[in-house]
Amino acid sequence: MEALTVLQITIGILTQLIPVWVAMGIIFSLSLYYRPRLGLYGHLFDSRVGTMGLVLVLFWVLTAIFADLIITHDPLGQISGMKNKGLGFPVRGVEGTYYLLGGDNLARDIFSRVVMGSRSVLTIAPAATVFAFMVGITLGLPAGYRSGKLDTVLSFLANLVLAFPVILLFFLLVTPEIRSTGVPIYLAAVLFLFPIILFVVLFQSRFYTQPVKRNFYVLIVLVLGFWAYSGLAFNMDPLGVFYMEPNLLNIFVAVVFVNSPTVFRIVRGLTLDIKTRDYVAAAETRGEGPWYIMLWEILPNARGPLIVDFCLRIGYITILLGTLGFFGLGVSPESPDWGMTINEGRKLLSIYPHLAIPPALALMSLVLGLNLLADGLREQSLKD
Amino acid sequence: MWIFIVKRTGLMALTALCLTFLVFFLTNLQPNLEKLAKTQGNMRMSDVQVEQWLGDRGYNQPLLVRYGEWLGVAEGFVFTKENGKTVGRCVKPGADSIPSYCGVFQADMGWSSVFKDDVSRIVSKRLGLTGWLMLFVMLVMVPMALIIGVLAGMREGSRTDRSLSTFAIITTATPEYVSGVIFVVIFASSAVGLRWFKGSSASAMDEITIANFSLPVMTMAFYGMGYIARMTRASMAEVMTAQYIRTARLKGVSFRNIVLKHALRNALIAPFTVIMLQIPWLLTGVVIVETLFNYKGFGWLLVQAASNNDIDLLLACSMVAVFVVLITQLISDIGYVFLNPRIRIN
Repeated sequence: MEALTVLQITIGILTQLIPVWVAMGIIFSLSLYYRPRLGLYGHLFDSRVGTMGLVLVLFWVLTAIFADLIITHDPLGQISGMKNKGLGFPVRGVEGTYYLLGGDNLARDIFSRVVMGSRSVLTIAPAATVFAFMVGITLGLPAGYRSGKLDTVLSFLANLVLAFPVILLFFLLVTPEIRSTGVPIYLAAVLFLFPIILFVVLFQSRFYTQPVKRNFYVLIVLVLGFWAYSGLAFNMDPLGVFYMEPNLLNIFVAVVFVNSPTVFRIVRGLTLDIKTRDYVAAAETRGEGPWYIMLWEILPNARGPLIVDFCLRIGYITILLGTLGFFGLGVSPESPDWGMTINEGRKLLSIYPHLAIPPALALMSLVLGLNLLADGLREQSLKD
Repeated sequence: MWIFIVKRTGLMALTALCLTFLVFFLTNLQPNLEKLAKTQGNMRMSDVQVEQWLGDRGYNQPLLVRYGEWLGVAEGFVFTKENGKTVGRCVKPGADSIPSYCGVFQADMGWSSVFKDDVSRIVSKRLGLTGWLMLFVMLVMVPMALIIGVLAGMREGSRTDRSLSTFAIITTATPEYVSGVIFVVIFASSAVGLRWFKGSSASAMDEITIANFSLPVMTMAFYGMGYIARMTRASMAEVMTAQYIRTARLKGVSFRNIVLKHALRNALIAPFTVIMLQIPWLLTGVVIVETLFNYKGFGWLLVQAASNNDIDLLLACSMVAVFVVLITQLISDIGYVFLNPRIRIN
């Protein structure tokens, strides 16, 4: 059998991605149909940059969701005779199947690995961003609203972490030796507590005049929160639903730890600005408690810049995860992590360029999509 | 102004103290010390032997005491073994006498266990090499970023603006390990591509040429450029809507003169801060690019120190990195005040 031509490869890839195209078509036609009712999301389609970003991000999200349908081979499976083979090379022994983007140095299908790799990135990066935001919001709101000593101490700590070169922190925090001392678990025990605190305070401050409702919500948060907490931080979930590999936990905690000070600074700055507004003064005059004002008056009004930063931060964390993979500190040595694949491919770059280019372009397009989306959102939210 | 500088310097010293202690703590965790003992002594040492090796060299003292030793406020640990050999913190091969204090305050950064050399000597040599890289990166990145930013910001919303802004977004979405790989394939790959430059910069350590130094400089400048360009664009666009620009337009000054003589000076205040704050951010880029192109500078040294848990070397590297961050912050704050007379610090 002969290798496929470039045209055939393109057609092959586009065919494999059919589930993505169908889903994207449905989402876009629904979005455009209900556009006037969708608020900021609907306005996004007014800007070309925002639409482009949305297409790219949606493409990767859908690819990650349908990865099982899209892949042509097992991303970890090695087929003999396929080592470093070029684009569109026919699989030996099996009639009519091809390695669309060639094989890597362990004879695995690069196309399937890139598609599968999107899964780990698109679960870890947004999740880490959410945690970093919860930590940053829980600490940033009181620091900005109360000011004083609390602000001084928290700002000093945040600047301390920010003065630390990210790459050095990763080299120190993501190692097998650190894992055996339990430092990541302690760090997780502290960082994972913040979401629970945030939600408890959120409901307490809103419903403390209606004890029945308040007790109901707080109870749900506490049960669900500590259930997940026990599993994620200590791996002691009694039902075994929540679980994180020690290696993954280590990376996750390090990424959240590095990013929450920046979020803290943004939230603090926004709070300092917003607390001088009239509606905050009105709430104070009504006699609302400080946490009610912070969480239900200030936070909703700070959402615009926070949403924009949320998109940018997912992109930045994607880059960070790639950096970690590039230095061999990735999720696991076997997994089709993009950064690690680039690192493996770069060693053979001048002879077999097809090993490193696909994951590199994949990572770039995802981050580009997120940055464009953030730009579009910023443009639209400034218009209001 | 002087009170401000003194205050900031005090804060800087406190930050540096906290951060070096953090690095000290993380590098001196028990598993790290055991690894150190095994790599320095013998891979097949038993647990008892490891314990003895560490005890002989003073690693079993309390953490704060050893941190004091490293700082130079506590006396260095000395131990004479049964065979008459002296080991300890301040013992250096080839030296005649053993000083009682050897720490940062005595300008002694310690001894590298991997390179078997004085840490300050290694660090200064590698910093010099990285200095060249940074110099060329700055020379390429800053002017290009400013030009892109000014051209995009002077006519907001125009076609030039949109295409240049998109270019800036693309560069910020392309981390060094992505652009480096792509550049190598395009410009240096022996299979496909142009073969203009070399894929390795190892020879640039002796002599810098266009062939061996272009790719690392391009790679680093590409990623850093977008952010500065976007900040310049935003600042330029804001200045162009100011009242005095409108006045200049109405009195008939040519567009070229408005941009060059009236707008530019005010528009470049904000990018100055951004450029200064970008310098420490380049450190991650330095580490990646030096690994990718095999250029043995400071970034490479950091990787070596971290992967071998070379405690003294790692501490020295982090001191350098932390001081770069703090000093650039200070310069950016002071420079901002000088450039912008509307701000006064009390």
